[in-house]
Amino acid sequence: MTDNIVEIDNLSFGYKGRLLHKGINMSFARGKVVAIMGGSGSGKTTLLRLIGGQLKPTHGQVRVDGEVVHKQDRDGLYNLRRKMGMLFQMGALFTDLSVFENVAFPIREHTNLPESMVRDLVLLKLNAVGLRGAHKLKPTELSGGMARRVALARAVALDPAIIMYDEPFAGLDPISMGVICNLIRSLNDALGATSIVVTHDVHESFSFVDYVYFVSQGVVIAEGTPDELRKSDLPFVHQFVHGEADGPVPFHYPAPDYKRDILRGHDV
Amino acid sequence: MFSSLTGLLRGIGHRLIDRVWRFGSGARFFFYVLVYSGESFRRLHLTIREIYFTGVMSLIIILVSAFFVGMVLALQGYNTLQRYGSSEAIGVLVALSLVRELGPVVTALLFAGRAGTAITAEIGLMKATEQLSAMEMMAVSPIARVVAPRFWAGVISMPLLAALFSMVGIIGGYFVAVPLIGVDNGAFWSQMQANVDFRADIVNGIIKSFVFGVTCTMIALFEGFDAPPTAEGVSRATTRTVVNSSLAVLGLDFVMTSFMIG
Repeated sequence: MTDNIVEIDNLSFGYKGRLLHKGINMSFARGKVVAIMGGSGSGKTTLLRLIGGQLKPTHGQVRVDGEVVHKQDRDGLYNLRRKMGMLFQMGALFTDLSVFENVAFPIREHTNLPESMVRDLVLLKLNAVGLRGAHKLKPTELSGGMARRVALARAVALDPAIIMYDEPFAGLDPISMGVICNLIRSLNDALGATSIVVTHDVHESFSFVDYVYFVSQGVVIAEGTPDELRKSDLPFVHQFVHGEADGPVPFHYPAPDYKRDILRGHDV
Repeated sequence: MFSSLTGLLRGIGHRLIDRVWRFGSGARFFFYVLVYSGESFRRLHLTIREIYFTGVMSLIIILVSAFFVGMVLALQGYNTLQRYGSSEAIGVLVALSLVRELGPVVTALLFAGRAGTAITAEIGLMKATEQLSAMEMMAVSPIARVVAPRFWAGVISMPLLAALFSMVGIIGGYFVAVPLIGVDNGAFWSQMQANVDFRADIVNGIIKSFVFGVTCTMIALFEGFDAPPTAEGVSRATTRTVVNSSLAVLGLDFVMTSFMIG
């Protein structure tokens, strides 16, 4: 058993003629919480989909627990995915099922446990995210933060070895953000899992992650512990960590000359 | 001039390739649905639940429409038949029109508008809100869990709905022909009994509604599954479901009728 549960080797991925990742190397040590950070559109979520086998790399490979993800057949891929849990950006709860049924879904699909045990497991997971009392509610009756917590309970329902989080803080109020931060850390440590957190929230993620990768322009431009990155002199990391409007990541989307654009009149 | 002509040809070519591509994707999708049907049969409660949503929930519109269609058929039929002194044949006319043609066809058109659009919108929105991706990541096949139960629900519901349509249509025709116009009650039913053939009329009607069930449900499922995950994408997919299902039903009806009569 290697120390790294997920390894990304020289990974390139592109579609519609655009190369999104250009030779990315990453490794995710067992038991750690690792953040992948970068601006919007830098391909962070795509990396999670490549790890989960929903996309195939153009070059290179992703290994999960020693297995090359894109070389698996359907059964092999589904076996690998049983080791993974994923929290989607907006929760992706099944809207026709109650909170209880949502968390019970993976347990019922992959085990033959008696209903009484399914009930106990679901209430245990919901209690861990503080929503045992909401088990009868429908997803439409939940706030954004609550939906995210239910989705987290569902993601860890089968005690996965890898938990992936896609923008877990997007659109949350500060209290909910704090709750989610604590849950990611405490669930990771309690389950002995490895967490991969895709985010661009520097302040929140630096407070609880063990290691950070910065992705920009399709490559890893910086990596290290939060403390190392806070002290980094790299212009991109400095701009990102301090939230500066302009810098290596330009404020303006590439455009022709402003004066010429204005003088051209209505012909946009 | 030359460049606009090549542009036009290129546009036609792109559209044609796109259609062939989509048809191929649809065929592959149909194949996967059949392959994964076994998994959905093992969890029969999912199919039964979908029969409720697609079949039972379509009952009101199907039955009300059937009643009015039957009444209009009786009115129009009587108007024509009485000129030839054969108004007693009104029962046969209503029954044959419904069982052979209008039952399967109108049911399929109403099914496409009511249940087909609901299926497309639901699956399209499940895709847009990443519910299908979430299922995939939980090592659960969305085709087995979401698509196949809906497919079999549609296939089972359609012949039943068509049979109910024909039955209620005949009752509608009876109300207009017998109590309202005054056609003889015995003649209405006995002529119907004597002239409607089980094999040539009823079985052929069932075959048609089965084929329409496969077609309409598959189009609705494919459009939803293939919809771009945006509000506009789902909206367009829903529209395509109605348009493509209606055209497919009318086209297939002509082909099947010509085989059945010939």
